Amino acid sequence: MSTPQGHLETLPRSVQLLMGLGLIALLSFPFVGQDFYIQMVTRMMILAIFAMSLDLLQGITGLVSLGHAAYFGFAGYVLAFLSPADAPASWFITLPLAILTSALLALLIGFFVVRTQGIYFIMVTMAFAQMVYFLFFDNKELGGSDGLYINVRPAGWGLDFENKQVLYFFTLACLVLTYAFLRRLLWSPFGRTLNGIRLNEHRTQALGYNSFNYKLTAFTLAGALAGMAGYLWAAQSGYVNPELMGFHMSAHAIMMVILGGMGNVAGALIGAFGFELFLHFFKDLPKVGEFDLGKHWQLWMGTDCAGGHHCTPRFDGLVAPQRCGP
Amino acid sequence: MDLANFFIQLLNSVQYGLLLFLLAAGLTLIFGIMGVVNLAHGAFYMLGAYMAYALTAAWGNLALAIAAGTLLSVVFGWLLEKILFRHFYHRSHLDQVLLTFGLIYIFEELRSMLWGDDVHNVAVPALLDWSIQLTDTLSYPAYRLFMLAMCSALALALWFMISKTKLGMKIRAGAFNSDMAQSLGINIVRLHSLVFAMGVALAALSGMLISPLSSVYPHMGAQVLIMCFVVVVIGGIGSVRGALTAALLVGLVDTFGKVLLPQFASMLVYVLMALVLLYKPEGLFKQ
Repeated sequence: MSTPQGHLETLPRSVQLLMGLGLIALLSFPFVGQDFYIQMVTRMMILAIFAMSLDLLQGITGLVSLGHAAYFGFAGYVLAFLSPADAPASWFITLPLAILTSALLALLIGFFVVRTQGIYFIMVTMAFAQMVYFLFFDNKELGGSDGLYINVRPAGWGLDFENKQVLYFFTLACLVLTYAFLRRLLWSPFGRTLNGIRLNEHRTQALGYNSFNYKLTAFTLAGALAGMAGYLWAAQSGYVNPELMGFHMSAHAIMMVILGGMGNVAGALIGAFGFELFLHFFKDLPKVGEFDLGKHWQLWMGTDCAGGHHCTPRFDGLVAPQRCGP
Repeated sequence: MDLANFFIQLLNSVQYGLLLFLLAAGLTLIFGIMGVVNLAHGAFYMLGAYMAYALTAAWGNLALAIAAGTLLSVVFGWLLEKILFRHFYHRSHLDQVLLTFGLIYIFEELRSMLWGDDVHNVAVPALLDWSIQLTDTLSYPAYRLFMLAMCSALALALWFMISKTKLGMKIRAGAFNSDMAQSLGINIVRLHSLVFAMGVALAALSGMLISPLSSVYPHMGAQVLIMCFVVVVIGGIGSVRGALTAALLVGLVDTFGKVLLPQFASMLVYVLMALVLLYKPEGLFKQ
């Protein structure tokens, strides 16, 4: 039984082909797309990095975190604080710093939350994320409820993020690197252990692994990668506000991972694009008579998550190779 | 802080704690008995507050609005359990998160379609629209005292129901071990409906009671939901006694934190939770 489940992460040929085609499409898109769409796709790629970082916890280690946006938003704030008012910050200093601080925050919070399991873990991650949210929301010095502006986007080493195409390709590079890193991690002894923790934590402990350390490392790593995504988000949009760390951001990431299929990284990547396309689709719905369908997008989104999943209990995501086992 | 001020803060913290208890009691029982993560619990609170707003506007009487609103929310909770939640008891937590998060979207959008996105006020009933003069400068509004009395009465009634009646015994048995309770002949399906409807009604009732004090606004459920989570985590899942202790503790820490350490007030409650997690990862009163 363990053998087929162990192969759950291998991607079928069709998905591999799709990913290859997708990469080619992403590489060539800036040469044909308008600025508006370039920015939109950049945002999707950033969210894909965010979703993949969550998949490390949710799909690979089996820890459902409802507070992952805290590390995403925190890194954005780090960039906002480090940016001078009238000059670009250098990205090769601020990006590593933002990732590092997010990782430290995740390490600190992880130290408490990783002790808990199941429902507790969900509630506690959410509560701590809310704590970070209110720390920024309530303090005027930290931007308060309005957030902070990044007047000049970061630059350095010949790359200026004010240029939309440069930022696009930089994000694409980060996306590819994160994907490659997580896929490699998935097959490493470390990744196998995380998988073991998801499938049966007690058995993994009995085999001599200290699951606390493994889970804490995964939590920290996921926080660092979420920080990378958050940094890029702040660099792209030019401002940060507490909503970036909010509950909705965390929940959206969970939905992206579920939509795409958990535990194989590729699913989270595809799910992020799919989710954003869905969201745009719902928001752009036409008016029917007096009734503006698009304005009530939350209703369709909500019905979709509450009802859609309800009616298809065997739905495992877009990328769900070989369903087997219980 | 002088004595009068201290006294006022103490009353406020107990009132806030009891309100949190009413919300968290339903949540902790739904967790404990059905094993459902209910993110929509805060939305029930919000719907309650809006119901109080709409019904008071229509009838001009808050007491009548609260009575009708409670009945409506019992029916609503009972239907919701039958139609939706029942099918999710044995699904993974992730599915439950998805369902209840979707419900938040649906309820918020329905609220926006019915009542718009503005902040509304609910008038304090004329009968309770006065205050007690404590010193020359300090006074305490009568509605707050009324709320304190209502919350205490409800908490007492709940405590009596849970710990002294046969029904309460069944509920505790269900929270302790659902399968065992069922095999001993307790109709667990009906118990589920009942507990869920009760949880929804308590959440909506808390929203209705607080509406004249806090005004009624969109997304008012989100903050309260997180506080309830903190209470449930500190108290231990499925324990009503734990929820009461934790709710009062959170009420005290939050209210006095805001007075004594205003910069860190919003963090203190979470620090408390972190400490509990360090020493008692399963909560203070895990059964």
